[in-house]
Amino acid sequence: MTIGLFVPCFIDAFYPKVGIATLELLERLGCDVAYPFDQTCCGQPMVNAGCHPESAATQQLFVDNFAKYDVIVAPSGSCIHQIRDNLTAIEQTPEVVHVREQSYELVEYLHDVLGVREFPWARFPHRVGYHDSCNTLRNLGHGQPSELAGGYFSKPRTLLETVAGIELVSPARPDECCGFGGTFSVTEPEVSGRMGYDKITDHGAAGAEYIVSADTSCLMHQQGCAKRIGAPVQFKHIAEILNGDAA
Amino acid sequence: MRGKNDILADIRRNKPGFAAPAPHVPYYDDDYPRDTDGLVERFVTTLEKMGGVWCAPTADETLEDTMRRVFAQREIEATALVSNVPEITGNRRLRAGDAARPLHDVDVAVLRARFGVAETGSVCFTERELIVNAIGYLAQHLIVLLDPRTIVTNLHRAYQRDDYQNARYTVFHTGPSATADIEGVLVRGAQGVRSLTIIPAHGSA
Amino acid sequence: MSAPDPIKSRNSPKAAREAAPRPDKAGPGERQNHRKAARQFLDSPEHAKSHDTRVWAMRQRRDTAAETIDEWEALRDLASQIKTHALTHLDDYLEQFADNAAANGVHVHWAGDAADHNRIVHEIFKDHGVKKVIKSKSMLMEECGFRHYMEGVGIDIVETDLGERIQQLDAEDPSHVVVPSVHKMRSDVAEVFSKTIGSDPDNDDAYYLTEQQRQHTRPLILDADAGMTGANFAVAETGGFVVCTNEGNADLSANVPDLHVASIGIEKIVPKRSDMGVFIRLLSRSALGSPITQYTSHFRSPKPGGEMHIVLVDNGRSKRLGQERFWSSLKCIRCGACMNTCPVFRRSGGLSYGATYTGPLGLILDPSIDAYRYSNLPFASTLNGSCTNVCPVKINIHEQIFEWRKVLAEDDQIPWTKRKTLAAAGEVLANPKSYRTAVKSAHSALKYLPGWAIYNKLNAWGQVRDFPDVPAEGTFHDWYKKNRMPADAATQGDH
Repeated sequence: MTIGLFVPCFIDAFYPKVGIATLELLERLGCDVAYPFDQTCCGQPMVNAGCHPESAATQQLFVDNFAKYDVIVAPSGSCIHQIRDNLTAIEQTPEVVHVREQSYELVEYLHDVLGVREFPWARFPHRVGYHDSCNTLRNLGHGQPSELAGGYFSKPRTLLETVAGIELVSPARPDECCGFGGTFSVTEPEVSGRMGYDKITDHGAAGAEYIVSADTSCLMHQQGCAKRIGAPVQFKHIAEILNGDAA
Repeated sequence: MRGKNDILADIRRNKPGFAAPAPHVPYYDDDYPRDTDGLVERFVTTLEKMGGVWCAPTADETLEDTMRRVFAQREIEATALVSNVPEITGNRRLRAGDAARPLHDVDVAVLRARFGVAETGSVCFTERELIVNAIGYLAQHLIVLLDPRTIVTNLHRAYQRDDYQNARYTVFHTGPSATADIEGVLVRGAQGVRSLTIIPAHGSA
Repeated sequence: MSAPDPIKSRNSPKAAREAAPRPDKAGPGERQNHRKAARQFLDSPEHAKSHDTRVWAMRQRRDTAAETIDEWEALRDLASQIKTHALTHLDDYLEQFADNAAANGVHVHWAGDAADHNRIVHEIFKDHGVKKVIKSKSMLMEECGFRHYMEGVGIDIVETDLGERIQQLDAEDPSHVVVPSVHKMRSDVAEVFSKTIGSDPDNDDAYYLTEQQRQHTRPLILDADAGMTGANFAVAETGGFVVCTNEGNADLSANVPDLHVASIGIEKIVPKRSDMGVFIRLLSRSALGSPITQYTSHFRSPKPGGEMHIVLVDNGRSKRLGQERFWSSLKCIRCGACMNTCPVFRRSGGLSYGATYTGPLGLILDPSIDAYRYSNLPFASTLNGSCTNVCPVKINIHEQIFEWRKVLAEDDQIPWTKRKTLAAAGEVLANPKSYRTAVKSAHSALKYLPGWAIYNKLNAWGQVRDFPDVPAEGTFHDWYKKNRMPADAATQGDH
């Protein structure tokens, strides 16, 4: 069984370490991972703005690149949500259906499919605030959102809690959106920025040294906001922690 | 101008092409106490959160005494006192069909509730208890007699009661009038009564 | 008579007061600019912070209330199912409601749109020589522009809900369906009241201000010729309707004057009285976190000697019922929970929407009222989905926001430049070679361009946050090629 590794465009361009950590982690866990070389993007930027036809060719390219793999794994919740739920601008051929049904976000794949609960190589002796991205939390079901009564669970925290030395801290607003929101970040920059500053401040008040997430897009936004307001907090993708990358 | 028939025709044409069934609604009250004391306890806890006051008569008090004690404690001057209950004598009497406006200067009205709801700390009135509906809102303070044996568990049960089925007006009061419209500061007595005190007293509405 | 003693110590010094923000509202025929209006709100930092804190507190109280009810999620399911049942049988239940109301001695009117509604109510008022009206809060009447219409024909309307009254006296729209003046600080209210009802301009204590309003409004209530209310629910089985308030102002409006007119949207129908248990248990807990509103009032027949009218209003609802992706928005019970949880609403304030319905609810209702005017609004969201989870009737709000974006794009209601930009992005992303070139240019730009060229007004990203650093190892693609690929395996993307 071969995994097609999807490294979304902004991870490819700005956060290659996240892609490397994902690849290495899956390989450590015994997976056969391939990286289709002509991949670009899942088509989300256009769809997020309502422009579905403009996304069709990108969606088709994605399917052409990935249909040959048994499963597709990406270290990005928002991209997997796009593929699974919104890859609809093209004809729903068996290939498209296969790609949509067999795409997993990394945490889901580790937690649900591989059932991994140990990362003995990982050590992260820091206070970590985990950022539930809205796509992983509410669209992919990473955990129980704070709005829903009862039945608390959190897949990413279940994984992180096994990492040696880690201390998880929680902001006062546990799963408030950070304000990235795809095109929202540039169509409503003032509100987006305010949300980002508030998010970082909330994590800081909880004592977080690192903000960790399964969505690099949220982290890119928060990192930019933190730099702008001079907040000392640092950022890591959950793949980097679980792969045992030194802080 | 589109009238009744046009609107109904548009609804018939546009409504979703399936007919969803009505769900069965359980009572959800298995966890409630079965005894009156237990229900009173639930009732009082919520009532107090909603700003209402529960004032049980002491062993040697008449209802009149208890009411006067409430007035003294809350510094209520009951110059104009409307009583709609036989247990208390007031100095203003209401008759069905009376105009509402002359009630503008009423300090206190005494009413009997038809029943109470433990879940919410609510008491129920209809026009039979209010006699003039506006008294429940124009008075500055309300004193309510409630028979603890009439307290039902929750709102599902409350809506099953048939004793107000034919009433023109039925209202649940839960504590006094309240607002938090100015910077979230909770203020009692926004437009209606400033206080609501419940005195447990056997009897019927 | 006793009045609560105002706590003077809560008073803030006048010098510390920040002026109330006045976000722009689109004029007739214009498009509301949410971004600009939100920026204007955020430009008043004390107001913005206070608003976010207070509205979030309502969300927290809602969570606490929901946690105390074991069957909370089941109740949401039931409420949604009852509404689906009611809406898929709406014609039958509306007729049943109207017939029962008529049998109860109530005059029932049908209004196709806002203009019909205003004209019908005006006719009723003319018949009774009504000049002064007191009313409780009604989003439907806001939707119909009712107060402005009545001002135009010389009939005085007095709002009796405190928040709505503040907004009326300030000649400003309500900003939230439950707490209309939540964007105002008490210093703003002190200023409004000092100019309109003669309160002490230096006293901004909430107890004092509330009492001033009570004393000022009471004579107006006593003097009114008619009272108006909306309705939270209309029960087909009884022909009665239910109104929920915390101030008792709907009961004053309905019970003091002899004439009571209730405006009711046709989607407010529920089949049975027993359904009310579900909705009343959810409504105030979702809105404010209290188990019930202080007053839950059931109006079935006029009081002796009185007269009661019901105006059933369509105003686009029957049309929305036919929109496959959006009809379920008619389930809404106007609790405001979606606003309270919405991080964008809390930061931007309700006035930034420039519409009757604000927050997530507004994003899915307003474009169906005027697609051009409100075409911006579905984009004023991060699609975070929290609104959907708090909705007591389980409307898939964030999915409808997403769908509205699609509809607006298809209808050419999004700016041409935005569309062109996205089309260009789509072309680059569909071609591995162009994509690789674009990444290289972005890296070069960030590496070599001076800060002023990156951080300027034309660059929305850089206005509020920094760009990521260009990674030393290059792209993942470069790394993979270097570390994992046989030398001859690269294909067209590798140039």
